[in-house]
Amino acid sequence: MTTTAVSQHQTKWWSGGKSPFNVEYGKLMMWYFLMSDSFTFGAFLISYGTIRFSQNYWPSPSYVFNTFPGAGEANLPLAFVSLMTFILIMSSVTMVLAVHEGHHGNKSGVVKWMAWTIVGGLCFLSCQAWEWHHLITGHHAVLVDPATNKIEEWGQSMRHNPWGPAVENMTYHGEKVTRPGPVAFGGYFFGITGFHGFHVFSGVIINVIMLIMAQTGVFERRGHYLMIEKAGLYWHFVDLVWVFVFLCFYLI
Amino acid sequence: MEHANVATEITIHHEPSDSTKRIWKVFWILLIITMVELGLGLSLYALSLPEGLRMHLIKGTIIILSLAKAYYIVSVFMHLGDEIRNMIMTIVVPLMLFIWFILAFIYDGNSYKNLRNKYDPYYKERTIEQKEKKAETPAQPGGKD
Repeated sequence: MTTTAVSQHQTKWWSGGKSPFNVEYGKLMMWYFLMSDSFTFGAFLISYGTIRFSQNYWPSPSYVFNTFPGAGEANLPLAFVSLMTFILIMSSVTMVLAVHEGHHGNKSGVVKWMAWTIVGGLCFLSCQAWEWHHLITGHHAVLVDPATNKIEEWGQSMRHNPWGPAVENMTYHGEKVTRPGPVAFGGYFFGITGFHGFHVFSGVIINVIMLIMAQTGVFERRGHYLMIEKAGLYWHFVDLVWVFVFLCFYLI
Repeated sequence: MEHANVATEITIHHEPSDSTKRIWKVFWILLIITMVELGLGLSLYALSLPEGLRMHLIKGTIIILSLAKAYYIVSVFMHLGDEIRNMIMTIVVPLMLFIWFILAFIYDGNSYKNLRNKYDPYYKERTIEQKEKKAETPAQPGGKD
């Protein structure tokens, strides 16, 4: 089909004989998968929002997420999660650069930027592992039973939430004492960031496979780097979901 | 680069851009928006605003900024903005369901809270009083129950 023939039919996408979407099949299906996946994430986040709106008290993220690896007990609200966000944005940029090199059929460029994207993904996963570990193994004095003034040390888990409202006039080994917070916080936090982390993990696996295929010249022989574009779509989607996880859990 | 045999579904080929200027521009936009969001998020913490119009305005601004970030990622990084209109609409139109989805469920959660506060005095006492005590620290010193 010559170019002139194409331009004549540009406005008649539905007249038959060509795909009305002008997108390669696999890429189109990747888009539809991502659309359905966004509904999965959307349902989780909206469920979280519903429960949060049904509570009179919800812990403020600046109190919950205020630590940084190696900084001890220093109060650094949102610093670590900002680093994680920066890492993910950066890895999105390296991914789009890999796709860009793929458009020009530049094998070494694709390999280089895919490798950086994988590094970014692994950094993000390590950060998340540290954050989870820190939250679960934390010790926070919680007034479990006001009648007997019974205090227990809790970490953040699916069953326990130590981030309730502070109790006035009460300290425990020099630390402020709180009441138990809403239990749903842990389940939603670990469930949604875990589901996102699982997406990052599978994205890293996909990217490693793409890197190997690019390195061994599979795409070069095929004549195009469409697979890199499809993996890139998935990777950007992971970044996109993080925008909303970041918004819902850490910012507001 | 030659476009032969890439895919039969593609009628009009996109010419790949030569420079990466657009990518880096979007990177800076995303970074700056994220910094602004972070600043607003921290201001909520630093000012410890009570629930009210000012807090909702700041949170609303953060949400709008996040939507702007999502637009840049989808449009430029995922190249959806370069696709033809037919394709864009099949992705964007179903996502409109989210507008109803969010409004309906948030409204539901809020109404559940109001109903519980109205009909379950014990629940209200347990959760609301603590919150007020936290908000006005010096006013209620003897409220340790």
